[in-house]
This record gives sequence, structure tokens and C-alpha cells, in this order.
Amino acid sequence: MHPIVAKQQLGPEMDQYEVEAPRVAQAANPGQFVVVRLHDRGERIPLTLADWDASRGTITLVVQAVGKTTWEMHDRLSVGDGLRDVVGPLGEPSEIVPEGTAVCVAGGVGIAPVYPIARALKEAGAKVVGIAGARSSDLLFWLDRLRDVCDELVVTTDDGSTGRKGLVTEPLAEILAARRVAHVWAVGPAVMMKFCAKAAGNAGVPITVSLNPIMIDGTGMCGACRVEVDDKVRFACVDGPEFPGDKVNWDLLIARLTAYQEQERCAVDKYRRMVEEATR
Amino acid sequence: MIRENQVPMREQDPGSRIRNFAEVPLGYDEEEAREEAARCLKCKRKPCAAGCPVEVDIPTFIKQVENGEFRAAAATIKRTNSLPAVCGRVCPQETQCQGVCTLGKKFEPSAIGRLERFVADWERQHGAELAQPAAPSGRRVAVIGSGPAGLTCAGDLRLMGHEVTMFESLHEPGGVLMYGIPEFRLPKDVVNFEVEGIRSLGVNIETNVVVGKTVTVEGLFAEGYEAVFAGTGAGLPRFLGIPGETLIGVYSANEFLTRVNLMRAWEFPAWDTPVRMGRRVAVVGGGNVAMDAARTALRLGAESVMVLYRRTETEMPARAEEIHHAGEEGVEMNFLVNPVEFYGEDGDLTAMECLRMELGPPDDSGRRRPVPIEGSEFVLEVDTCIVSVGNQPHPLVPRTTPGLEVSRWGTVQADESGATTRRGVFAGGDIVTGAATVISAMGAGKQAAAAIDRYLVSNR
Repeated sequence: MHPIVAKQQLGPEMDQYEVEAPRVAQAANPGQFVVVRLHDRGERIPLTLADWDASRGTITLVVQAVGKTTWEMHDRLSVGDGLRDVVGPLGEPSEIVPEGTAVCVAGGVGIAPVYPIARALKEAGAKVVGIAGARSSDLLFWLDRLRDVCDELVVTTDDGSTGRKGLVTEPLAEILAARRVAHVWAVGPAVMMKFCAKAAGNAGVPITVSLNPIMIDGTGMCGACRVEVDDKVRFACVDGPEFPGDKVNWDLLIARLTAYQEQERCAVDKYRRMVEEATR
Repeated sequence: MIRENQVPMREQDPGSRIRNFAEVPLGYDEEEAREEAARCLKCKRKPCAAGCPVEVDIPTFIKQVENGEFRAAAATIKRTNSLPAVCGRVCPQETQCQGVCTLGKKFEPSAIGRLERFVADWERQHGAELAQPAAPSGRRVAVIGSGPAGLTCAGDLRLMGHEVTMFESLHEPGGVLMYGIPEFRLPKDVVNFEVEGIRSLGVNIETNVVVGKTVTVEGLFAEGYEAVFAGTGAGLPRFLGIPGETLIGVYSANEFLTRVNLMRAWEFPAWDTPVRMGRRVAVVGGGNVAMDAARTALRLGAESVMVLYRRTETEMPARAEEIHHAGEEGVEMNFLVNPVEFYGEDGDLTAMECLRMELGPPDDSGRRRPVPIEGSEFVLEVDTCIVSVGNQPHPLVPRTTPGLEVSRWGTVQADESGATTRRGVFAGGDIVTGAATVISAMGAGKQAAAAIDRYLVSNR
């Protein structure tokens, strides 16, 4: 059991958890993830590390409620409860490119995993430009943290409720056109990463993205997370999760993410009915 | 007058069992077991014991069963075999103990596997007697992986008095016994019972630790472990490497079986993990895992399940019993067929193109090599394909342990005792041999435990 030592709501359906996982905290690096299971009948879900503290023996996760498991975390877990299983850190750490200017693009809940990458880049001596975007202001979080590790930070919202109105790809394209950028990082929804990769590709700048396919074990055992990079099949869990964005077969990734849509909907509906009956 | 044939073991009939996940063979009762035990000739040569990779004293335990001394029989088996309920179910007895049985020269061999299973089940139902570990040695050993090799090695080391921690990467101990072999062939209660037996000896089990990621072998030495055993298995699925293999509906057998066995997807949505099961299913491969996948697909409600194997029934690596069970349940076997491409619509698998094969001259494995027949392409309409063409050694421990040498197949190089090229690191099971059997992994775990004990004594 991994006790939750702190929980903080960051947005309407988004929470930050600090969870005891001493071995993971000891070994963690930017770009890596954990696989989490809530209880004996739970599914295994991958979550990218948002932060860790080896001395406290804890890791930080930011989770948006979208599926049954993440809704359950949002509704039912609080300080004193625990996660049944936490395994990690999994995947390869980010390859930090220390020279020149790095642009770190974060979309929605992707702000969390971008934070340790930006911090590592900054510590390695890069000039870091952050771009953080979300649908609206209530879905933005950790902007102060990002400002601490970025030399500049551009904030966008789809509805213009905070920062610049529009998508993250617009400031990205402008920066790529105006300055010499050594490397781009993008973490967020697959579609966002796809268009960031296009923009970086057009500018001839290397881009690293963090892929989020369906996984079970997270250790290379099942192959559910097969992705195509540079026309080769790779396992996101052990070969990634970070890959050169311009080489990723995005349509395949996006299609495979829908493989269990129907079952996911069924699980969420059943969970909601159960919650409603319990509260009636 | 000796009974020529084995006492048959009752089974669930095929019509009803394909609608449940309960175990197929039902086991002997006491009378049946004693009757079968009475068939043993008690020959002097005991070829059966020599044919057993962990050298169970088979004639003695069979004699005890015949006399109704079931608890004594269990003790006899457990002197050298820490997982009898597992071995009695999944060992290929026909090529080991039963293959060399003297009775088998004239009649059916003694049903050693069924008797072992009976004894283990009897003990489980009547309460097991715990073995007593030797006095504490004060030495600490780390065992990586809690499959058959790790469980055996950890149990033996603990009995020798060492402090043992077993690390497992998944959330449940048992390795392939939990994620790989289906409930209807090896009930998880049986595996849990065996694991609890090892735990109750005093072995610490740390789940959710991926050695090579969470901690390295070097890190384990730094934590004070004096020797390390790696029994990390062959967990990496092989794919066919043909176009369309990333379509939704194409699974590795590992993914399919892990969803169902470890995550209990057959109970979705009561359990959270789903499995997508189509109507027309093809399973590619001819081993036990292919049979497991095919029979699982039937139980999940597939309308038709066909096995596609590129050689013939004679070359199939699966046990005869598994092939027989699969056939009884309605799995259709297609031999001399090899897939060349998957086709899909909107990302979902809809069909696969195959070639017919013929057998040419023998290859490295000694089996006749399948050769494609030119122009024999044909298309099968399928919505699910489970690729079951073998597994590769897990690379994580070798990759992160300096000085640990591997072969060009990625297997860890170890001598017969399990000693590797890195001092203090021992290895055994599929990580050394490539994918093999539960019992050979247990044999290797046993050898390594003895070697580690010698190493600790000489290294004082």
C-alpha cells in the first residue's frame, strides 16, 4: 500500500497527489512514468511522474478524471488512503540537451510531466522557453512552478480566459520562425503533439514527444503499447515513452488509443450509476 | 494382475467447460489415487526419479499413496519439489518421468503427474505441514523474479537458513504461473497457496519492483545482499514482423493472457481490465501458449477459433494433452500455414493473408523446415489474431548489470550451477535457457540455491 500524504485539487476534475513510494522517488528521472493500481480488482494505468522527493520518499502525480480509475481517484481517494500498487520508475529518462534554447510545450494535464523536464534543462544550462496551454483558465495549473524553471513562459487558452487566445502551436511556430531553437519538447494530447511535431519538422528543429498509448505491465512484457517510429514498431513502455516527434506515426497512435473506447465508456457508466445509487 | 491402463481422471465435459474458467481435469479421489498407485512396479532402477529435473523420489511417494499415507507422500515430494501442485498440473510428464517408466514399456506408464497432483491437493485441503528453516545464517540473498525458478531458489535458500527477499515486477508474485497459464489449467488459488507456502518459510516478497529500473543489481549489493539470483524469465513477446501487425485486434499472447489471467478481464466490468474479443479468432503458433490462448478465446465467447501453425502436428511443441483438450473444445487446427500480412479497416483487423507451406529438409532445431509454396496465398477473414510465436529473454537485468555477459540470443551466460560471469550473481530458468518448461526452471533454481549456499560459505 502506498499512502497518499497530500491531495490538492488543481482544476474541476484534476488533482495533485503526493504518494509514498520511496524506491521510485530514489530512482526517478524526468520523462519516466509509474504504473498504478488502486485496489485488488483495479486496472493498471500508466501515469507520468510530475515530481519526486527522494528525501521524503514520495512522488507527485497529477491526474485528470477521464476513465473509471481516474474518476475513482478523484471521487474517493484522499489523504490517509493509499494506492494498492505503484511500480516504477518505468521507461527511459528524457535525454536532456543542455545547449542553446529549448522550447517546452505543455498541453493540459501535460503541464505536470513537462515541469521536471524543463527543470532538468534549466539545471543543465539551457535557456528554457515554456508554452503552457489548456482549453480554459480553470484547467491551467502549476504556472508559478513553470515560471521558476523557464526563462520565459507563454500561456494560451482556447477561449482566451487566461493568456493568449488560441492553441499552443501558434506561439511555437512564431518562436521557431524568430529564433534559433536547439530542441523542442511537447507533452500533451496526441493531437497537440502531432501538430507541434509538424511545426518543429517544418522548422528543421528536433522535437521530443512523450507518447501515452494503452499499457498493461509497462515493462515490455505485453506489447499493447506498440507504436511506429521511423517505420519501425517500438514498445512505448521500454523504448520510450519519449520519441522523436517528427518520426511518430500519429494516426496509428490515435487509432490505437480508441481500441477500448466502448469498454471504457461502459466502465465509467457503471461506476457513475454505482456512485449515484450510493448517494441516493 | 496389473491394470494395463491408467485410472482415468475425471474432467469437465467439453460442452460445458468452454463456458467457464474452472479447471478442466478434476483430479483423483483417494480411492482412484490408491488404485493408480498400485499399478507402479516399484522397479529397482527407478528411471522415473532420474527423469525428473528436481529428482523427486517418485517410487517412495507412490508407495505411500498406495498405503494411504498421503501426508507422508507429500513430505516425500516436498523434500525436493517446492511446487508439487503446480508440477502435477503443468509438467510434461510424458517426456520426463512417465516417458521412462518401466511399466510404460508394455502398458500405459504410471500416472505420476496425476498422483503428484492428488498428493499436493490432498495436502492443501488437509492443511500443510511447514518445513522448518535451518538456524539463521545471517547472510542475505536477493532473488529477482517470483516465477518457478525464483520461487524454488528462494524457498531452498530460506530452508538453508539464509535471509531471502524475492523481488517481483508485477503486483502479484508467481510470474508466468500467474500471468501466463490460464485458470482452467492452473487455478490461481493453487499458485497463491504455493506462494504463501514460500512466504510462510520466512521469504520476504517485494512486489512492484522492476530490477533494472526501480533498483539495479549493483544497488541490491549496496543494500547488503551478498548474492543475487536472477530468474527473470523470457517475458518479451515475439511478433511476426509482417505488415499490419499494429492493427487493433492483433495481440501478443502475452497481452491477451495477461489481461485474462492476471487482470481477470473475463470478469470485466466487475474487475476493471477489459479484453476485446472478436467473433473469428486466429492464433498463430503451435506451443502450449498457443493452445492456452485458443482455449481462452473460446471461453470468452469467440464463435470460431483456429490455430495456424507453419509445420504439422508432429512438430508441434505443445503437449499432446493440450492439443487434445483444445481439439475437444472445438479449436480448429490448420497446419502448414504461415501469415504474411494483416488487413484492416479504420484501424481494426478484418483479415489476414497466409501462405501454404510444405516441409523441407531439417533445420537447426532438427525439425523439418517449413517452406512456402509459391502462389498459394489465401485470405482468412478474422477480427482477432493472437500471435503466439515465442518469447525472448527479458533484457533489463543483463542490460543494467555490468559484467553480466549474455549470448547473442540475449540469454544470460551461466554454468550448470547457475554462476554467471559477474561474481555473486547467479541465474537460472528461461533467462538462461530461453523459453522452456516450469520444471526445468525449478531445477535451475534448485541448482543455483545450492551454488549460492556454497558461495556464501566460501566467501565468509
